[in-house]
Amino acid sequence: MINSENAVLEARDVTIRYGGHAAVKNVNLSIYEKKITAIIGPSGCGKSTLLRSLNRMNDFIDHVTQDGEILYRDTNLYDEGVDPVEVRLHMGMVFQRPNPFPKSIFRNVAWGPTINGLPGDINLRVERALKQAALWEEVKDRLDDSALNLSGGQQQRLCIARALAMEPEVILMDEPCSALDPVSTARIEDLLFELKQNYTIVIVTHNMQQASRVSDYTAFMESGTLIEYGDTDQVFTRPKQKRTEDYVTGRFG
Amino acid sequence: MTLLAASKYRWGEAILRQLFFVCAFISVLTTVIVIGILAVETSSFFEEVSVTDFLFGTEWRPLLEPKAYGILPLLGGTMLIVVGSSIVALPVGLACAVYLSEYASDRARNIIKPVLEVLAGIPTVVYGYFAISFVTPGLRLVFDDVQIFNAASAAIVVGVMVLPMVASLCDDALRSVPSSLREGAYSVGATSYEVTARVVVPAALSGIFAAFVLAVSRAIGETMAVTLAAGATPNLTLNPLESIQTMTAYIVQVSLGDTPSGGLAYKTLFAVASVLFTITLVMNLLANKVMRKYQEVYE
Amino acid sequence: MKISPSTNGDSLGHRSASLRRRHVVASLFKALCIGFTLFAVSVLGLLIAQVGADGLPWLDAQFLNNFPSRFPEKAGVKSALYGTLWVVSLTALIALPMGVLAAIYLEDYAPASRLTRVIEINIANLAGVPSIVYGILGLAIFVRFFGLERSVLAGAMTMSLLILPVIIISSKEAIRAVPSSIRLAAYAVGATQWQVVRSHVLPAAIPGILTGVILALSRAIGETAPLIMIGALTYVAFTPEGPMDEFTALPIQIFNWASRPQAEFHELAAAGIIVLLAVLLTMNALAVLIRYKGTQK
Repeated sequence: MINSENAVLEARDVTIRYGGHAAVKNVNLSIYEKKITAIIGPSGCGKSTLLRSLNRMNDFIDHVTQDGEILYRDTNLYDEGVDPVEVRLHMGMVFQRPNPFPKSIFRNVAWGPTINGLPGDINLRVERALKQAALWEEVKDRLDDSALNLSGGQQQRLCIARALAMEPEVILMDEPCSALDPVSTARIEDLLFELKQNYTIVIVTHNMQQASRVSDYTAFMESGTLIEYGDTDQVFTRPKQKRTEDYVTGRFG
Repeated sequence: MTLLAASKYRWGEAILRQLFFVCAFISVLTTVIVIGILAVETSSFFEEVSVTDFLFGTEWRPLLEPKAYGILPLLGGTMLIVVGSSIVALPVGLACAVYLSEYASDRARNIIKPVLEVLAGIPTVVYGYFAISFVTPGLRLVFDDVQIFNAASAAIVVGVMVLPMVASLCDDALRSVPSSLREGAYSVGATSYEVTARVVVPAALSGIFAAFVLAVSRAIGETMAVTLAAGATPNLTLNPLESIQTMTAYIVQVSLGDTPSGGLAYKTLFAVASVLFTITLVMNLLANKVMRKYQEVYE
Repeated sequence: MKISPSTNGDSLGHRSASLRRRHVVASLFKALCIGFTLFAVSVLGLLIAQVGADGLPWLDAQFLNNFPSRFPEKAGVKSALYGTLWVVSLTALIALPMGVLAAIYLEDYAPASRLTRVIEINIANLAGVPSIVYGILGLAIFVRFFGLERSVLAGAMTMSLLILPVIIISSKEAIRAVPSSIRLAAYAVGATQWQVVRSHVLPAAIPGILTGVILALSRAIGETAPLIMIGALTYVAFTPEGPMDEFTALPIQIFNWASRPQAEFHELAAAGIIVLLAVLLTMNALAVLIRYKGTQK
């Protein structure tokens, strides 16, 4: 269904259980380089759980077990020898609600590169990341202010800058606009187009308009199962599955 | 119901309301009376002893000739206990809290929390007994010149005594840090230590600070363990292996003897208690203020 | 200016030396936290072992039935046990109604005024006042001013003031946990404020209140310093018959024995501690039971 582009990440037969309950069931999914992949579906369909498995964030949740493989350039992220910290150096993440550290704007962006000893001048790195996140002009004169004084939209762009400063290959976004107003949301969507030139982006969203606006590929999940995956245009205009059609045309439920 | 009956009803309600108010107001009354008593007796103490002699004198000998009323040895003794118990209670208490909030499984938590609660509920006199029957003999095995009564032994058990409070309050503070902060830190490639030490603990710092202040205040006011284990020698020393006397232990010593009321020796009780009360009150006010602040941040 | 993503081909599974070092630090830190926690937990074990080893051989019917004596083999805790029960019962009678009524006032009646705020802050700070200061208060007010002498009543009133803040704080929490919808529903059918509190708020809050009260009373049982201050440490070879009688109490008897130099008396202190801990355990079991019953409804 999708041409043979360069897959960065490949989920193979992934099943994720909370205790006995399977939140993600036998999902196979490829994430392509420098494209935006949207994962949509009703709440509780397992889309966030799937996303969090891509940078091993489910490791922190008790009683979660996972079967199947997630290949990152032919290495299974869940292999014995793979260090989850190292995984997260390659996969940045932006969360549902802005979660800046209660530190200065500068320290928020600089913290990750510093603890990981990333090379180069840290001031330049912070500036670069803030510019890429389209926040630099607003904060360049008050980098030492607390990040908590920023507005919600600014905080979320700061969190994007925090992820960008690590220069990851993939950026995972878990409903990044769900806590933001429409203006801030539009700014972040614009930002996604910019970022696509350099990064592979996976975005989970419950907002179908958003998915159709920003993404190249769309995956539709329901009750833990991947129902349909394909070009965004195709999924929204000519869905192959009845259930996808019901959902994207609003006849869901 | 006639209107008259209704107004009778209101009348009863008003009386009840007043009664409830009186019960709540008794707490304020308690504070006022405590401060009043301490102020009156202390000022009459200061009619006979100068404030300077009391606050800066380095000898405390109120019951024997030649008499001296310098509180510094008692303050010094109390500080030895505070420092020693803090060395035990603050790091261990914080480490327990970090373990409970950041690492422990629900099962481990369900075992450890009650154990800490039991530790917190054990009467202080029991800790005093533990100090003289276990800690002091242990210290004497390790060090040569440990006196039978010594500050170290008392300080260790006071530390163990306030540890559960430190652990529980720090645990509350750490758990009030939203987990989204931890996820944010992990997402940029931090290890569990970096997340805890450089994001979670700093975010909980005001609550941890309040816990530490309350712990120190508890240690200052602790009485029975220090009376039993630290001795009754007002002694301005930095050596924890010597016998000392704290402010609280002095108060107990005087009240155990048959000190005639009204005399100067009797008034020393109130002068010392004033210092004790003032220090602990200031610390408690500070801690409660800080705690209210951090509760506002996250609630 | 462009960011070049790290597609430099570095594959996973070859962690750098610095990352390995960071993981070592993280493991050491976790081990340290676990170690300190185990230390805290093991202290309880040590304490119980020490008390048991010293005290159990002395614990028999005679120990419970005898009065204190200067001969260790004849000494017992009868007067101390009775004294403790007297003081605690009387303290409960005084502090329970006062604490609960104060909590009702603060939660359901008090206006949002400056005075209310002062009362609230004052209660929070009173909870942190060293117990020996309450002893001085009891000595000056109850023993001397009201002339109650070294009586059970003076002890109970002192203890009541000591635990009142604890009772008020925990009762307030229990009352606050009652959903306000219950109150509104009762007001809606024309109940007065007291009727609402008596018939709806209190019954729902009672398990929580009782749990807090029992924990506060456990604290009173273990407190020593205030009772010493009001002069309860006397040789008492009788059980109190009324609230005006002199008394001694378990922690005071333990203190007395522990402060003597002879080893036999230290062992008696340990035996006394076992009795004291047994009383406390009974109270706590009661609190757990009430909490359990309360959550079952």
